[in-house]
Amino acid sequence: MVAANTRDGFVVFDGVQKSYDGETLVVKDLNLSVGKGEFLTMLGPSGSGKTTCLMMLAGFETATHGEIMLDGRPINSVPPHKRGIGMVFQNYALFPHMTVGENLSFPLEVRGMGKSDREKKIMRALDMVQMGRFVNRRPAQLSGGQQQRIALARALVFEPELVLMDEPLGALDKQLREHMQFEITRLAHDLGITTVYVTHDQTEALTMSDNVAVFEDGRIQQLDPPDVLYEEPRNSFVAQFIGENNTLDGVIKEIRGETCVVKLDGGELIDAKPVNVSKVGERTRVSIRPERVEANKDRLDPGAHLIRAEVMEFIYMGDVFRTRLKVAGNENFIMKTRNAPDQVRHKPGDMIEIGWLPKDCRALDCPQ
Amino acid sequence: MADATADGGLTGSHTDKRGRLLTSDGTPLRRALERANRRRKLTALALVAPLLAFILIFFAFPIAQMMWRSVDNPQVVNALPRTLDALQDWDGDALPPEPVFAALHADMVADLERPRREQAIGPLGIRLNYELSAARSAISRTTRDVANFEAPYSEAFTSAHRLWGDVELWRIIQREGRPLTLSYYVAALDREYDAQGNIVKRDENRRIYVSLFGRTLALSVAITAMTFLLGFPIAYYLSVLPMRYANLLMIAVLLPFWTSLLVRTSAWIVLLQQQGVINNTLVGIGLIDDAGRFSLIYNQTGTIIAMTHILLPFMVLPLYSVMRTIPPSYMRAAKSLGARPWTAFRRVYFPQTLPGIGAGGVLVFIISIGYYITPALVGGQTGRMISNEIARHIQQSLNWGLAAALGSMLLVGVLVLYWLYNRLVGADSLKFG
Repeated sequence: MVAANTRDGFVVFDGVQKSYDGETLVVKDLNLSVGKGEFLTMLGPSGSGKTTCLMMLAGFETATHGEIMLDGRPINSVPPHKRGIGMVFQNYALFPHMTVGENLSFPLEVRGMGKSDREKKIMRALDMVQMGRFVNRRPAQLSGGQQQRIALARALVFEPELVLMDEPLGALDKQLREHMQFEITRLAHDLGITTVYVTHDQTEALTMSDNVAVFEDGRIQQLDPPDVLYEEPRNSFVAQFIGENNTLDGVIKEIRGETCVVKLDGGELIDAKPVNVSKVGERTRVSIRPERVEANKDRLDPGAHLIRAEVMEFIYMGDVFRTRLKVAGNENFIMKTRNAPDQVRHKPGDMIEIGWLPKDCRALDCPQ
Repeated sequence: MADATADGGLTGSHTDKRGRLLTSDGTPLRRALERANRRRKLTALALVAPLLAFILIFFAFPIAQMMWRSVDNPQVVNALPRTLDALQDWDGDALPPEPVFAALHADMVADLERPRREQAIGPLGIRLNYELSAARSAISRTTRDVANFEAPYSEAFTSAHRLWGDVELWRIIQREGRPLTLSYYVAALDREYDAQGNIVKRDENRRIYVSLFGRTLALSVAITAMTFLLGFPIAYYLSVLPMRYANLLMIAVLLPFWTSLLVRTSAWIVLLQQQGVINNTLVGIGLIDDAGRFSLIYNQTGTIIAMTHILLPFMVLPLYSVMRTIPPSYMRAAKSLGARPWTAFRRVYFPQTLPGIGAGGVLVFIISIGYYITPALVGGQTGRMISNEIARHIQQSLNWGLAAALGSMLLVGVLVLYWLYNRLVGADSLKFG
């Protein structure tokens, strides 16, 4: 769906760089293309440059270098109020001195729309977020979740083709957040709007997006649909940042096409899939998701390498068991198993053998 | 092991016969709460008590005193009780009859026999002089000889001083022979009593106070407007600067507070006088010629410039404290919704600064309406304000009644303006810092 470095998307970042102080780059050579109607999430730790990118797209920051295009037009020199981009802010930024209705009316008024048209659109937008009853309330009289809906309605009321959201759910409690995640995606897809969403919450990114761009150190580390991102992280930062992850450091011993053998620092041999390692002798960090670790040998390849592990801790979590293991010197190696009737409940001190399918164990770069 | 103890389980809350909640040992819950809170209330009261006492003694009490003094009128009643008695039936058209003069004689002689500190004739002269100039000298001259007067007293008095033959004086004595008077307020409003006792306007050349009140209001409005025009951008800039620079700039704003008034005044004189820095510079670069030098000091312009300078922090501080709480995302949101920068400012930013503008405006206006020292120093004749007139009556003419009347009117005026502000904007929205 997305091809980076092409100029045919609805939103295109072409070689964009940004520096605030003239000495360090906050955004380093960003190339990104967002298709029309796509829900793209920029995910990354704070300071990774994702919010800066959003602000450049909205027009509140100017790119130091490079071009940002919207629907084929370069918009670097277009002021924010002429870009026609809807935006939902982190603290909602609802105007406190206006009622909900006046807040929604504002973007329509500055576009010179007549009163009757305005009222129709306001009611339609409020109904869209089920807030029609609150038209005469002030923002301060609403709960966080309600304010969030109004902010959403205000960003959509003037029917922009692109909506930007800057961590809009950060201030809500968990249950409300999950509900709003669902509602935002539903609205975005129903209305066919292109959405660029910024968050540092990886669950949010995975559940909401068509595509996720993982930011770190001013660069996009990986841009893929959520399932690809989770199952096939392209480097150890992404593997570590998205979801839970076990890592073991070692050296490449042998590469045979789609699989390789890694000699761990403790001397054990394991099978893995080479991802961004290329030659024998290179240091690597292998990454295995806890739910792909297997203690049941029937489910493993017959020739797979097994590795001994000592059970450190067994945590009963209801639907799953979480077993903390000591594997090749790593005491925080987690195995997650489903609470099935035949599942073994290990006790601390047990010595077991574990393994995994080579394709689930990814040999990635080893950061210094 | 965890262990749960909840006495009585679900029926744990006790109630008495009337259904009031009781604590577990049987005292009513409400009383137990009161007892628990009493100590806290007493502590709070003890903490504010010194300030409360201070305000009562040094603020509320003097103000009450001032307002009382503006209507208090004991002088005539104290000095001339018999005369006032005799004057009761006088119609005010011709000179009073002989018995009145006899009573006056008796009053004055009786007063002379009192110990000096208790004599009431001196204050009477001062009091009557407010209403009729020369009344004081008439009384003091008469007092010297009054012991030797013999009947008929009317002739004796009129020959001692011609003013005793003036019906006007007798009307004043009759009118002011009451413990309370409105005459100070009448004078403060540029009015006087005519022969029939009606309140009429004074001669045009003797009217001072009403126009002075008007000028004081106009100057205060001008100063408030100036501080707003100069203070708003500064406060905005301060609010968007990083804290470090904002504090530095704030020092510059607060500098007027920390400089001696005399130093500042001499600086203004150096700058603003006709041969001063500004005029010399303008002449030097040829903008004005030597004859066209501006008068910038010892007039209204001087008062406005100097007071704007002094009162600027009172506008900047509340504005700044309000502006700092307005997140920049509001302006961004407005722009992202399609508003031009000016529209975004006017419709989104500006309305949110109103509490600060209100607070700053009320503060500057109320301070400047009663400001005394600066207009006295740089105001000259045209830049004087009502407070200078009040000070003159307290220090020079010693007409404290009139000063009190003017002060009370000023106070009431300020209260009315504050009430209006509260009605229009709401005092709850004020934010002083």
